Amino acid sequence: MLVAQVREIVAKKLETLDGVVALKEEQHRVAPYLFTAGDDLSTLVLEPRYPLALVVHEILKRRPDVRIGVVTRGCQERALVELANWKQLSLDQVEIIGFPCSQEQAEACRCEMPYPTEIVAGERAQGVVDQVVAEFRASKTREERLAFWQRQLGKCIKCYGCRSICPLCFCEKCAMEQETWVTRGKLPLPFPTFHLIKAIHTAGAGKCVGCHACEDACPADIPLSILYSLLRQDLKETFGYEAGAQHSGNPPVLLLKEQMAK
Amino acid sequence: MGSPAIEFLEGVKTMQKITYSNIETTCIYCGAGCGLNVQVLDGQIIGVLPSTSHPVSHGQLCIKGWRAADFVNHPERLRTPLIKVGGKFVESSWDEALDLVSDKLAEAAQAHGPDSLGFLASAKCGNEENYLLQKLSRAVVGTNNVDHCARL
Repeated sequence: MLVAQVREIVAKKLETLDGVVALKEEQHRVAPYLFTAGDDLSTLVLEPRYPLALVVHEILKRRPDVRIGVVTRGCQERALVELANWKQLSLDQVEIIGFPCSQEQAEACRCEMPYPTEIVAGERAQGVVDQVVAEFRASKTREERLAFWQRQLGKCIKCYGCRSICPLCFCEKCAMEQETWVTRGKLPLPFPTFHLIKAIHTAGAGKCVGCHACEDACPADIPLSILYSLLRQDLKETFGYEAGAQHSGNPPVLLLKEQMAK
Repeated sequence: MGSPAIEFLEGVKTMQKITYSNIETTCIYCGAGCGLNVQVLDGQIIGVLPSTSHPVSHGQLCIKGWRAADFVNHPERLRTPLIKVGGKFVESSWDEALDLVSDKLAEAAQAHGPDSLGFLASAKCGNEENYLLQKLSRAVVGTNNVDHCARL
């Protein structure tokens, strides 16, 4: 069984690492946890999918002295690689213990690479080509699409969940909190500014890895992944850039900044 | 950084075993009772994560839930009761504060009748605490003037 094999490998890794981030299940509650040497690994689980790269980053920000592992799917490995590309952490401090997503999961996430670069157990599922944007455009006229987004984004309760859960949202001064764009304490939100800031700063900047953590965290069920899929597609077509696909990749935004400075 | 003593202590900290866990609890801000995880790193609260296994909140939180642990170590958090003396708040003890409150409530009830008092229960209290408050209002003081902070 996949989880049993992962647990064995984590036990071995704990001989040399300061800890391993993974999901822990206790009395039907599942939450991220840092397993350390001597911990009972029978509580380590692989489900549900979770933005563990966020947890790794939070830990490394405060403990630059440790070296930790993380039991992760493809998207979270890509999130960690992209965080390193943006110089937010050092991959020297992280050891990926990868496992593949199931075929069902790959289809639910419309994921082209539902596995990390290396897996310790299990079998890779078939990648899925993300057709949602093409399907969306084909099924609605331009006016219908505008009405759709007005309705969907109008449901927003300004919880900042999409921002808070995103592994790639690391800015200390977040644009979504700047008075210039977003008036404090006011609802409904400016359409489409609020959501486009998030979309452009993550997906548009080549940071979004398509992990769907934002959509999972949205209490208003806004289909954020459709919006972000569109921008990720644009990034790929225009700049040939995919978040987390390469180490020391040059995020297009940073490249433009360099060019402007010249 | 500073004195050799501080440097030594910083060094000790980095050699310490690292601990990180999530403690599931219920958000204290409203009656929905969303589940959330308080992230604790090396014994310190570093933030909150939604609880994916919770039957009410399903891995989602409102803005107050995301900030639910901020008050714990907030510099402005009240840590002692305060009594206004000569127009200014002065730190006091629980005994002193509770004695003053019960004296004043009894005074008002005596002078102006039990209905001159009102009691407001709270969404931040458990059901049991709110039950006790209405008992205090009805059985002890003798007034039905009890309602909930949502009315404020």
